[in-house]
Amino acid sequence: MTVMRALLGDARSAIGLAILTGFALLGIFAPLLAPADPTLQTDVVTTRFLAPFAIGPEGIRHLLGTDALGRDLFSRLVYGARISLAVGVVAVAVSLALGVAVGVAAAMIGGVAERALMAVTDAALAMPRIVLLLVLVTLWEQSLMLVVLVLGVTGWMGVARLARAEVHGLLGRPFVEAARASGQGSIRLLVRHLLPNAATPLIVAAALGVGNAIMLEAGLSFLGLGIPAPAPSWGNMIANGRDALVNAPWVATFPGLAVALTVVACNLLGDGLRDALDPQGRAASRLTPRRPSAGSSVLPAMPDAAAAGTSP
Amino acid sequence: MLLVVTLTFSLISLAPGDPARLWVGPGAGEAELAAARRALELDRPLALRYGAWLVAFVRGDWGTSLTQQRPVAHVLRDALPHTLVLTGASLLLTYVGGIVLGLLQAVVRRSAVDTGLTVTSLLVYGMPSYWLAIMLVLVFSYGAARLGWPGWLQFPAMGVAGLDADFLSPWGRMIDRLRHLTLPLATLAAIGVAGTARFVRGAVLDVRGSGFVRTARAKGLSSRAVETRHVLRNGLLPVITLLGLSLPALVSGTVFVEVVFAWPGMGRVMVAAVGGRDYPVVMAVTALFAVLVVVGNLLADVLYTVADPRLRRGRP
Repeated sequence: MTVMRALLGDARSAIGLAILTGFALLGIFAPLLAPADPTLQTDVVTTRFLAPFAIGPEGIRHLLGTDALGRDLFSRLVYGARISLAVGVVAVAVSLALGVAVGVAAAMIGGVAERALMAVTDAALAMPRIVLLLVLVTLWEQSLMLVVLVLGVTGWMGVARLARAEVHGLLGRPFVEAARASGQGSIRLLVRHLLPNAATPLIVAAALGVGNAIMLEAGLSFLGLGIPAPAPSWGNMIANGRDALVNAPWVATFPGLAVALTVVACNLLGDGLRDALDPQGRAASRLTPRRPSAGSSVLPAMPDAAAAGTSP
Repeated sequence: MLLVVTLTFSLISLAPGDPARLWVGPGAGEAELAAARRALELDRPLALRYGAWLVAFVRGDWGTSLTQQRPVAHVLRDALPHTLVLTGASLLLTYVGGIVLGLLQAVVRRSAVDTGLTVTSLLVYGMPSYWLAIMLVLVFSYGAARLGWPGWLQFPAMGVAGLDADFLSPWGRMIDRLRHLTLPLATLAAIGVAGTARFVRGAVLDVRGSGFVRTARAKGLSSRAVETRHVLRNGLLPVITLLGLSLPALVSGTVFVEVVFAWPGMGRVMVAAVGGRDYPVVMAVTALFAVLVVVGNLLADVLYTVADPRLRRGRP
């Protein structure tokens, strides 16, 4: 577990990990922590827009106040953590699977197939992700599943480029040639030698991708195109709060802080992971300054930048 | 480019849901539906439709908006300038502000100022643009009015111009526009500056620790010459790449910021068109955004060749 030790030794990733763990625990233990049902509406007239710390008519203390329908914001926030984190992680898992499949296939098959696959990847990459999301999300009926899938299928391109670059780099290495010469099949070569050695940049990209996916999910929900209404999502909580900005500024404030903190935590973790897993990468790649490619570790911890890449 | 446009077309054509049904409204009978299909040319085979659409698209005939009943080109012509003003100004601010802050941080590395700025930029960079926008409105529109801040510190939260804009003097109209631009621009620029500053700081510090800078120092160059000729030049090179990389992020920021501030640009057109299933508009906006991004990348490539002599004769 040297990786774990390196992660915790680095202040950035330790903080990031702590924040994420905190939110994850909030989400997991939501039923125990939440004082009320996140969708519970009682007497709207007496319970709506209660300020933070106010005690409602039922004797519940509303830590973060209530919204326009008298729902307890703290309860919605912790249940929202469940949805946001789950969406982020599963969406990134989907795009990781897709991206690795495309990238590895392209690198191992080569030739025309590789060029075709990468052309499609680059074309998809040229479209701003938000535009793709907006188009895709309205094609089917709104649901949690749809949001996850759509975030997954719009996020694989960066991963595909990374995976292809890594595998290309590995294919020329002596140990891979040795494995080939000893008669190992493609599948075995892939699972035993290529994937484990290509994992580092992919893991970093995944950490950054989770933050990005959470931000985008909140954005879609904010536009009313994400998680359908009664379920609490940080994005639709911000949207609700926007309508009540004058009377009850706290409604929009807290879920936004939660999104920002989570994204920051993912970025910190991604930075820390990169340095922990690839200690000499930054220094080495700098000695021979070159045009950074999408996969190089010179790239900053920018979710969009990491996913965007440049046209070759 | 062709692939991008094709991808857009296939995405929308293969989508479930019948545009004709939406066009004629829920009360229409089968006959009207068939007529609408014919009018929208939905009854022709996909390949033919694709060919016809592609030819028309390249010629600049982007069809008619289904919800606004006017040519898509007109819709975009009205929206594009607003978006370009917003994104252009924020790109400028992002780079100037980001490079200045990043360099400052690199110079005073590990000081209290550097730490403060690092933490701040990290937080701002993590903020969703729409949320930052709402918070700015809360403080500078509602809050400022309620707390009775001086008039110049209160900013309008909606649109590109005040209701009374037509009655103002040219000078007054100019100021009115700028005041409307302030909050949307501040939102986009704050996030952009935060990201760029982080990038610049990292790039400059990386270069400073590298071998050729040590060599330059060892051969007795003055500290100033090393800083400007070696560190600064090489440190800022990757920033050009950032231009191409940050465009998609800027586009998505614009979409949300335009929605929050009722800014009549492409982002709002896009969101409205998506909501109303206005496919011709969706296709045109998607293609246009893609063109913007591709052009941005090309520009970055060209700039890179200009700035870095090593790339001038054929790339490795």
